[in-house]
Amino acid sequence: MMTDVQEYDLSNDRSGTIARPAIPAVQVRPAASSDAVPQSADDAPVITTDALSIYYGKFAAVQEATMAIPPRQVTAIIGPSGCGKSTLLRAFNRMNDFIPGMRVTGGLRCLDWEVYGSKTDAVELRRRVGMVFQKPNPFPKSTYKNVAWGARVNGYRGDLDELVERSLRQAALWDEVKDKLHASSLALSGGQQQRLCIARAIALQPDILLMDEPCSALDPIATSKIEDLIDALKERYTVVLVTHNMQQAARVSDLTAFMYMGRLIEFDATNTIFTSPHNRQTQDYITGRFG
Amino acid sequence: MSRSQADWTLAAPAPPGGSYERSRTDRTDALFRPRLGLRRFIGTLFAVTCLLMTVAAIGMLVVLLVRVGLDARPWLSRHFLTNFPSTLYPERAGIWSALVGTAWLIGLTSLFSVPIGIGAAIYLEEYARKNWFSRLVHLNIANLAGVPSIVYGILGLAMFVRFCHLGRSVLAGALTMSLLVLPVIIIAAREALSAVPDSIRHAAYALGATRWQVIWHHVLPAALPGICTGIILALSRAVGEAAPLMMIGALTYVAFVPSGPLDTFTALPIQIYDWVSRPQSDFHGLAAAAIVVLLAILLTMNALAIGLRSWYQGRQP
Repeated sequence: MMTDVQEYDLSNDRSGTIARPAIPAVQVRPAASSDAVPQSADDAPVITTDALSIYYGKFAAVQEATMAIPPRQVTAIIGPSGCGKSTLLRAFNRMNDFIPGMRVTGGLRCLDWEVYGSKTDAVELRRRVGMVFQKPNPFPKSTYKNVAWGARVNGYRGDLDELVERSLRQAALWDEVKDKLHASSLALSGGQQQRLCIARAIALQPDILLMDEPCSALDPIATSKIEDLIDALKERYTVVLVTHNMQQAARVSDLTAFMYMGRLIEFDATNTIFTSPHNRQTQDYITGRFG
Repeated sequence: MSRSQADWTLAAPAPPGGSYERSRTDRTDALFRPRLGLRRFIGTLFAVTCLLMTVAAIGMLVVLLVRVGLDARPWLSRHFLTNFPSTLYPERAGIWSALVGTAWLIGLTSLFSVPIGIGAAIYLEEYARKNWFSRLVHLNIANLAGVPSIVYGILGLAMFVRFCHLGRSVLAGALTMSLLVLPVIIIAAREALSAVPDSIRHAAYALGATRWQVIWHHVLPAALPGICTGIILALSRAVGEAAPLMMIGALTYVAFVPSGPLDTFTALPIQIYDWVSRPQSDFHGLAAAAIVVLLAILLTMNALAIGLRSWYQGRQP
């Protein structure tokens, strides 16, 4: 994986200008990155795409996206509606498989898997690459069963009660639901349901957490709770976040990718994208001239 | 001042003299011809027409039920349920053999049709690729549900009675009935399965579940109330069918109850048909009483379907 990294460098002419030290995927030239942070196996990108294109029938939803997402950081993917950001995100754990006529070309590596390789088992991949959806979608079962189910079907051998409590604590939901663990999750508020979905995803101890506009169905207070949570989650997990909301991307992410019309226009440190973007289209979008 | 003017005044304070909104209201009024009276009249007319249709539909049903109920009244007794039929003494005749025959028939029919129906529905809805072939299969199943029941009787006669040498047994009847209700069960189960939101499936897949786990743990439980309702309604159709059973040769006069699946049998609709076709009026009363019993069974099954559905919805967590 390390040897591939050079090819995904998107900022090779500006690596010196990046203010944040902890963005190894962007400044991947060995010389530059070894100055900034010690390049170890731990910092190797967890998701790398190589000229990845995703088609629905004849329509190219994502065209030749090449990027490398570093571990334990929050990477935001922004762009106007229909730019392909959700499609790209859903490719990472193969949730696009359920769309008839979906085709993929190019390379996509996620952790140790060639995601669309013939030997890759999507079921195994999804245990390690969790996902939170746009609309909270808890199972119509109790809070406890929601969190425990994924672990149970994957043959979790530890103590389920303890796992449920730990996951709910990590999702900052434990105090609100500890007295009604066995009541229906559908009685929870929208924001609580979404945190339950996050708890359910992290109960599987994934390496990567994909979030597809996780706050777009929530009110501002619930949104700020989820954002705080995302900030806390990056200590253990690599978070990739698709968002419509540029302020949200600016608030919570370390890296930001801007997509437009299926193309990855720019991928850089969030600071750079929002203060001195390299590309004209990025600047137009950031300043609200379109989108 | 009209209501719309008041609203407008609330939205934007009037300039001195109120001339601004006055002129604006006049201008916009000229653009519309509301004819509110006519529109409301048409609405009321439509509602009244629909009400009349409802009364006509329910009214006929009530008249029918009352007529049958009055005819049946003198004949309904405990003995009517527990006696065997009699061709000579209407006052001693009962429907015991028909009741037990119907029970056998429905029991065996559900044994065959429920697993096959649900299995087929799961395959078609969850596994089969959605292409022209699966659409063709679906269309054909829908057509099968509309085939007249006598046709299934002919098929049953040729296949189960003759070819499989099952004779006029309750087993042959049940297999024929299974053919009849299978399309209905498959369609109902498919609809129940496809009504389960994809967000549930995706949530489960995203947690690293296999297709089997997704279906078994989430899709099937969520669809179960709908599937059960469909099954019960399909079986209650089978309870009331006479034509296919006559075709395969169910007996009209049976003075014993089947002791195994290969015994000959009769069923309630057959018994009713037999009594109605006799000239003596006493037997017509018996037929009415048997109809009341059959209706009671059907209503009970439908109530069971509704009860089952609400019970499942109540115990979701």
